[in-house]
Amino acid sequence: MAKKVAFLQGNEAAAQGALYAGCKFFAGYPITPSTEVAEVMSAELPKVGGKFIQMEDEIGAMAAIIGASLTGVKTLTSTSGPGLSLKQENIGYACITEVPCVVFNVMRGGPSTGMPTGPSQSDIMSAKWGTHGDHPAICLVPASVQEVFEETVRAFNLAEKYRTPVMVMPDEIVAHMRERIVFPEPGELEVIDRTAPSVTPDKYKPYDTSFGDVPPLAGFGSGYKFHVTGLNKMQDGFPTTKAEVVQAEEERQVRKVEGNAADIMKWEEYQIDDAEIVVVAFGSSSRSARFAVNEARKQGIKAGLFRPITFWPFPEQRLLEISKKVKAFISPEMNLGMCAGIIKGCIEGNAPVLGIFRVDGEPINPGQILDKMKEVK
Amino acid sequence: MSFDYDKWLRPGKLPHIWCPGCGHGIVMKGLIRALETLQLKKENTAIVSGIGCASRLPGYIDCCTLHTAHGRAAAFATGVKMAKPEMNVILCGGDGDGTAIGGNHFIHACRRNIDMTYIIMNNMIYGMTGGQFSPCTPTGAKASTTPYGNPDPGFDIAKLAIGAGASFVARGTAFHANQIDKLIVEAIQHKGFSVVEILDDCPTTYGRRNKYKSVIEMMNRLKDVAVPVKAAEKMDPEQLKGKILTGVLHKQDKPEYCQEYAKVIERAQGTAR
Ligand SMILES: Cc1ncc(C[n+]2csc(CCOP(=O)(O)OP(=O)(O)O)c2C)c(N)n1
Ligand code: SF4
Ligand SMILES: [Mg+2]
Repeated sequence: MAKKVAFLQGNEAAAQGALYAGCKFFAGYPITPSTEVAEVMSAELPKVGGKFIQMEDEIGAMAAIIGASLTGVKTLTSTSGPGLSLKQENIGYACITEVPCVVFNVMRGGPSTGMPTGPSQSDIMSAKWGTHGDHPAICLVPASVQEVFEETVRAFNLAEKYRTPVMVMPDEIVAHMRERIVFPEPGELEVIDRTAPSVTPDKYKPYDTSFGDVPPLAGFGSGYKFHVTGLNKMQDGFPTTKAEVVQAEEERQVRKVEGNAADIMKWEEYQIDDAEIVVVAFGSSSRSARFAVNEARKQGIKAGLFRPITFWPFPEQRLLEISKKVKAFISPEMNLGMCAGIIKGCIEGNAPVLGIFRVDGEPINPGQILDKMKEVK
Repeated sequence: MSFDYDKWLRPGKLPHIWCPGCGHGIVMKGLIRALETLQLKKENTAIVSGIGCASRLPGYIDCCTLHTAHGRAAAFATGVKMAKPEMNVILCGGDGDGTAIGGNHFIHACRRNIDMTYIIMNNMIYGMTGGQFSPCTPTGAKASTTPYGNPDPGFDIAKLAIGAGASFVARGTAFHANQIDKLIVEAIQHKGFSVVEILDDCPTTYGRRNKYKSVIEMMNRLKDVAVPVKAAEKMDPEQLKGKILTGVLHKQDKPEYCQEYAKVIERAQGTAR
């Protein structure tokens, strides 16, 4: 049977991906350029018995998806820059309480209201450090409409598997462009549900590490009763200030992501094997980069593309390996050098990192990247 | 036989954090008696709070409890209730939590008329952080951040809730302890968003700064200012000056949010009749 195909926008694909993953609850607050996600969810969720709620602000939307997730359902919110800033408070709450949920954030110009309709890639550091304190971070950066769908499904899987909020962050170009998408059949993509407790309610502890770094999560209203708090907590969920418990729990929360980075990380290598110049690019910039690499190859320049699909955890080790045999890296990005800084941080000075940084609301074009390649001696 | 509070308290979690003379414990006992009267199932009852001394209440009660972020209880609880409408959802917290940082979530929960009960413990101060003024601190009162007297006018929480659309609003006091559970019972039984404001005391950070010599004095004030709505009907404006009405202040039949959303589902699925 022929698969279902459609001509969709990135934001619409995100909503479809969420539904494929089994999302049953959406809370949001309208903001350009992400609103289409909410619009599709408001139409589709009730059809499958799910719930959509437009909250009074992004703080409330983030709170609502955590509350809903605690009853055992998969939850999503979508937003953009200023809304991401507001969500940060409760993103931290989801991190420390270890409640799965997905935050879809379309990157537009910032800071503040910035350029509401202009593309940007400047929220990548917010994705990791936006909420205060040490915490795990998973952030996926799709580059096509098809990939938005697939990465949204994967985001739900990672959230459920690791009991943590996961961010999907396309830039505005990827979120708003229309492309052909082939819908996977049900069952074709893996769909993961959180592990339910195997013990009876009287024995249940929400952070019981005898089950490993990711303890099973029960749902409110399912016969289990337990306490959830944003304070540092013990295995039974109650607050503590005991030094050794706080230290161990904080480390575990970060370790469950960092220690499983190999499972979470995903990237694409294109023409890397013999490359002398490697362009590290994600989202829409990676599309220009691929074009530039193809052009360069035609002109005899040995260029390649390294494209993170998972941005956090960042593929540090692999870039370090690559750095040992290249002349230079190029980092084209729609911000003032965030990714370049991260690359420098992991390649131990093995190669220079040349930047192409645009914050003028215009996409990075292949010509710019090709010109930069020609600067490499 | 004396009432068995232990049945509802989590073993090993006492003593609580509250100061001697704090009214929050009186409210907790009232809530427990209400839970017992209604025979709610613990596993099917969520108690959600924000941050503050008052917001520590859920941790002591043996239900599904959610201690969230400052001011956000109503928003978290809305997610719980929407996703699982069959659960009883009770919110609690302080005046600062609910009317300052959480004011927006509070009024929108009222507006939606979502079937939850919000117990707001109004001690007119930010107790937990050491007595800074809240939106409910009386004008002129001393707080750690109003050393020259509070220039701000305060909120009337009940009026705020009624204005925002809550369909049940009641007020009691920590002095009138025996009334608290009755108000909470009626609030929980009411279908829609119900608000129970309990006038409360904070001897440690408010009483001390405002010339109350003892907890008893603070309690006597609650006793003196409270006038039951019924009694107020027979009083003239002069007699009501400086008094605060207690009892059920507002009760109204109104569409409830989860039921309205169930209709959205029916319409979306084409099963609406
Ligand atoms: C975002 C945020 N801002 C400020 C605080 C500090 N804080 C903790 S409790 C509190 C006030 C609580 O007052 P209230 O809600 O009236 O409760 P009470 O302690 O009086 O019972 C404040 C300001 C916080 N925890 N989080
Ligand atoms: S500081 Fe005030 S509100 Fe907090 S526990 Fe003490 S008396 Fe109660
Ligand atoms: Mg207070």
